[in-house]
Amino acid sequence: MPKRYRDIVGDGGSNILAQVEERQARLRTRMASVRKKVAVTSGKGGVGKSVLTANLAAILAAEGWRVGVLDADLNGPSIAQFLGVRGQRLRLSSDGVHPAEGSLGIRVMSMDLFLRDDRAPLTWEAPSPQGSFVWRESMEASALREFLTDTAWGELDLLLLDLPPGAPRLPALADLLPDLDGGLVVTIPSEVSRLVVARAVELARTHGVELFGLVENMAGYLCPTCGSTGDLFGGEGSAAEALGLQPLGRIPFDPRIASCADRGSPYAVEHPDTEASQALRELAGRLRARLSPEGGAR
Amino acid sequence: MKFLCVGCDEPMGVRSVEGPDLGSVSVTFGCPVCGHQVSLLTNPAETQLVRSLGVKIGGGSPGGPLETVRTALGEQREGALDVKDEAGLVWTAAAEGRLQRLPPIARPMARMAIARYARERGLTTVTPELMDEYRSRGGF
Repeated sequence: MPKRYRDIVGDGGSNILAQVEERQARLRTRMASVRKKVAVTSGKGGVGKSVLTANLAAILAAEGWRVGVLDADLNGPSIAQFLGVRGQRLRLSSDGVHPAEGSLGIRVMSMDLFLRDDRAPLTWEAPSPQGSFVWRESMEASALREFLTDTAWGELDLLLLDLPPGAPRLPALADLLPDLDGGLVVTIPSEVSRLVVARAVELARTHGVELFGLVENMAGYLCPTCGSTGDLFGGEGSAAEALGLQPLGRIPFDPRIASCADRGSPYAVEHPDTEASQALRELAGRLRARLSPEGGAR
Repeated sequence: MKFLCVGCDEPMGVRSVEGPDLGSVSVTFGCPVCGHQVSLLTNPAETQLVRSLGVKIGGGSPGGPLETVRTALGEQREGALDVKDEAGLVWTAAAEGRLQRLPPIARPMARMAIARYARERGLTTVTPELMDEYRSRGGF
């Protein structure tokens, strides 16, 4: 009987398995200097994950944490804008590619820093754009892995990963980054958001990904003129309870959150005395306590 | 994927890898016993799929930091990366991408030759246009 696949040791010289193992080893080496890795996630788009990520990063960086942010939304990158690093030129050294650096020393890596201009979508060189559905996701996974592995993050207390919408994103990241500490789930108080987020939470659970808790963003409207609050959405009851997650915070919407984001200046730093900033700081405090129960950054 | 020489019942090994050329890679396998050789020729979609996985058929060393991002983006911002070689030359992202398309074994020599060509002309930046110029004068 002729030899079968499993009778043959190796693959004739390509050593594909060794290549994959070497890649994983480089990722582990890089991540060894990053104390905590947390994904900010939601099944739903438009719930304010990226602005929330930028503000969390800013609050913790202002408290002395060494923070990095990886914009894992390769097709709709916004973190570089929110943290004011758009257009920065990245430096390549023998240690890798040095990330952009924001005003609070936040280290940022984003596809935005590589795209040709404001209108350029993420496209990949290919003999033909037809059939890209076969390989596009693999290409993006490869780019994300490179951002993690080849960015010279240096010593970090926390790396926040801002994920694009979609239920499979967090489980896919956990596959890529086995020592991911967990995910922060973001929703808004609308029924449709809770419905979509519930599916994402379920998928993450079946995949064994740790979920730190739920943040309800845009939980009420805060008028910057008179200071009064009102509802933006009609969702009732506790979303966290319905999803079986620990409630981590309810962040009211303040129009200045959006205007600060557009200017690349984190709202929580620029308007520290508002109700929304207080809610963001409490959220950051709960995350900090979860990551460092003993207190402090390290 | 493994190749078996049916006549000898022996696994075949990679002899050479050529390309990508017009979207196709040619990988030649040979039998260590009888010397029989076969070539695997990929179509553009297959080539792209393998490329997207970030592995190299035929083996080879890693292509440097952010290889996929630097070399495979459809439209990349010029100057996104400050890529200086030992001589202080800046390689634009597009030039670096062009270089990465060469077989790994050929890259160091090509890099050295183009850098010398640039320095001889008093240039500080290597662009795809300069690479074209070098090639049109008989380089690689």
